[in-house]
Amino acid sequence: MTEIFGVPTQALFGQLLIGLINGSFYALLSLGLAVIFGLLNIINFTHGAQYMLGAFVAYLLANLAGLGYWWALLLVPPLVGASGIVIERLMISRLYKLDHLYGLLLTFGLALIIQGVFRNIYGSSGQPYAIPPELAGGRNLGFMFLPNYRAWIIGASLVVCLGTWFVVERTRLGAYLRAATENPVLVQSFGINVPRMVTLTYGFGVALAALAGVMAAPIYQVSPQMGADLIIVVFAVVVIGGMGSIAGAIVTGFGLGLIEGLTKVFYPEASNTVIFIIMAIVLLIRPAGLFGTQK
Amino acid sequence: MKRNLLSTMIGAAFALAAAGAQAQISDGVIKIGVMNDMSGLYADIAGPGSVTAAKMAVEDFGAARRGMKVEVIGADHQNKPDIGSNIARTWYDVDKVDAIFDVPTSSVALAINQITRDKGRAFINSGAATSDLTGKACSPNTVHWTYDTWMLANGTGSAIVKTGGDSWFFLTADYAFGHALERDTEAVVVKNGGKVLGKVRHPFPGTDFSSFLLQAQTSKAKVIGLANAGGDTINSIKQAAEFGITKGGQNLAGMLVFITDVHGLGLNTAQGLIFTETFYWDLNDGTRAWSKRFAAANGGKYPSMVQAGVYASVLHYLKAVEAAKTDDGTKVVAQMKAMPTDDPLFGKGSIRADGRKLHPAYLVEVKKPNESKGPYDYYKVRATIPAEQAFRPLNAGECPLVK
Repeated sequence: MTEIFGVPTQALFGQLLIGLINGSFYALLSLGLAVIFGLLNIINFTHGAQYMLGAFVAYLLANLAGLGYWWALLLVPPLVGASGIVIERLMISRLYKLDHLYGLLLTFGLALIIQGVFRNIYGSSGQPYAIPPELAGGRNLGFMFLPNYRAWIIGASLVVCLGTWFVVERTRLGAYLRAATENPVLVQSFGINVPRMVTLTYGFGVALAALAGVMAAPIYQVSPQMGADLIIVVFAVVVIGGMGSIAGAIVTGFGLGLIEGLTKVFYPEASNTVIFIIMAIVLLIRPAGLFGTQK
Repeated sequence: MKRNLLSTMIGAAFALAAAGAQAQISDGVIKIGVMNDMSGLYADIAGPGSVTAAKMAVEDFGAARRGMKVEVIGADHQNKPDIGSNIARTWYDVDKVDAIFDVPTSSVALAINQITRDKGRAFINSGAATSDLTGKACSPNTVHWTYDTWMLANGTGSAIVKTGGDSWFFLTADYAFGHALERDTEAVVVKNGGKVLGKVRHPFPGTDFSSFLLQAQTSKAKVIGLANAGGDTINSIKQAAEFGITKGGQNLAGMLVFITDVHGLGLNTAQGLIFTETFYWDLNDGTRAWSKRFAAANGGKYPSMVQAGVYASVLHYLKAVEAAKTDDGTKVVAQMKAMPTDDPLFGKGSIRADGRKLHPAYLVEVKKPNESKGPYDYYKVRATIPAEQAFRPLNAGECPLVK
């Protein structure tokens, strides 16, 4: 059997595939963050908590209303997105004129409150959430056993990421959005309701986080701190990709998943720091991130 | 006149002695600090439930009736040794805390072990696992109550090797606890004629274990030993099922599993797991009665062995304070070791010179969903390991106090 640095190539393929799956989550989450930062200039620290909310609402739908995974996929993003809209209208909209730091403090505080409330009710061990029967099981690819559910995650995440990129970068609606971030007054004078557009954008970003939460529920434990564990890494992904760059968030999300996957094989102890090392290097060489443009 | 003088002097001496006895309880209050993970992956194992358990012990001891003033406070060390050390110093220096209880997370426990020794207070650990607390790092100010890595390795490890699981691969949490558990289990596996094919150390806390599980799968080991705890163990077990590892013929050995983990996993995923605990709520009338009271005070959640350990250790600590008539840490710990222990949760037992509390351990198997009568009816007790066999022999721990 051929080997690379003492690791059989077959095993390496498996590890790369797993890296790609984790990358799907990074990409989905950083996508929402990038949309919100790019268009609202808000550093949304509540993102992790909203991802956790997505998973919890799916769990509650299953246990209280008997609605399974596919219903959750359909219902949870708009539900949690709507809660995001309420937060934006009531609180965040008051901070647009202030420094970024205030938005960060507000959203960080909100994240702590939401997580605290859920921990108080559900404890920290988390709740089980079953893989939908349609996606249970898996197939043997020869070099590894790929659970069907994980294959679905890669596919679904790619579709959502590319769809979002297309809407923001290639459609008229996206053009309005981007114009509104550059010069809101001018866009408003064309008769476009900029504040409403901004509110809906925040809701959309939150809905993306909730969608990632629903997709994560069957493989991770639905627990209050699931978002807090992930959010720091996702921020690093956004910074490396370039704050606000949508393509950057997607490409770095998947790319860093792969790099992390390789680290887990060759030097597992460093697998949770490797992303931050890359972040430090990128910031030194390209302070605006790989895909960012200096403003 | 002479006699009068004499009696006055004797009276004064008695008064002084009495005042002296009174002053032995520093500032008139016995202050108990329960420190653990209140918000992270170990919060269900210990957390606010441990504070509840400590308060129940104070109440059951009847401190008020005996004229002792006892106060219980809690704090969150967030599983970080630096944060835990700062809290311990503030507690000892500013808040006049007399004894620190619980402290899961071995790295934090080892830090507080040292600080307590330097300050001459008392540290009664329930939550941490490292057997070094009564080994190389043993201290005259520390008692290790509930369990340790040697006991887990000995109970679970030898049972599994003896039933044919003779080749192992370890998934280890990369910090003091994981390392100690891996070391102690490896020793048991090798001693019983098994071999270790490989190990991988994962960051603590982790979320995705699929990469590590795949490495374990490639190793073709019969048993994948999970030298981690809490949320890490839950996610490892869940993802092992997802990747068809257990179906492929490899078995998982959760080296440290708590009832709260089984509750979180659900019996469908957890059934058949074998591991060792020193407490289960459904052992006898005493444990059942206490656990029902505890659950009522803890939002319906049943006690983990760590929380049970906090209750029993606070009870014994208070008995020792009363008997020694002082809250001086070193003297109270010496008294705790001198007195036999007796409580409804762990039964009769003792504390050894190295600080190790001795009681039986139970090898349990998780029930199938159709065997369980409802929430928390989870274990079948497969074997009871007597106290003298459950823990590491006194002379094998390299504790400097034992010479």
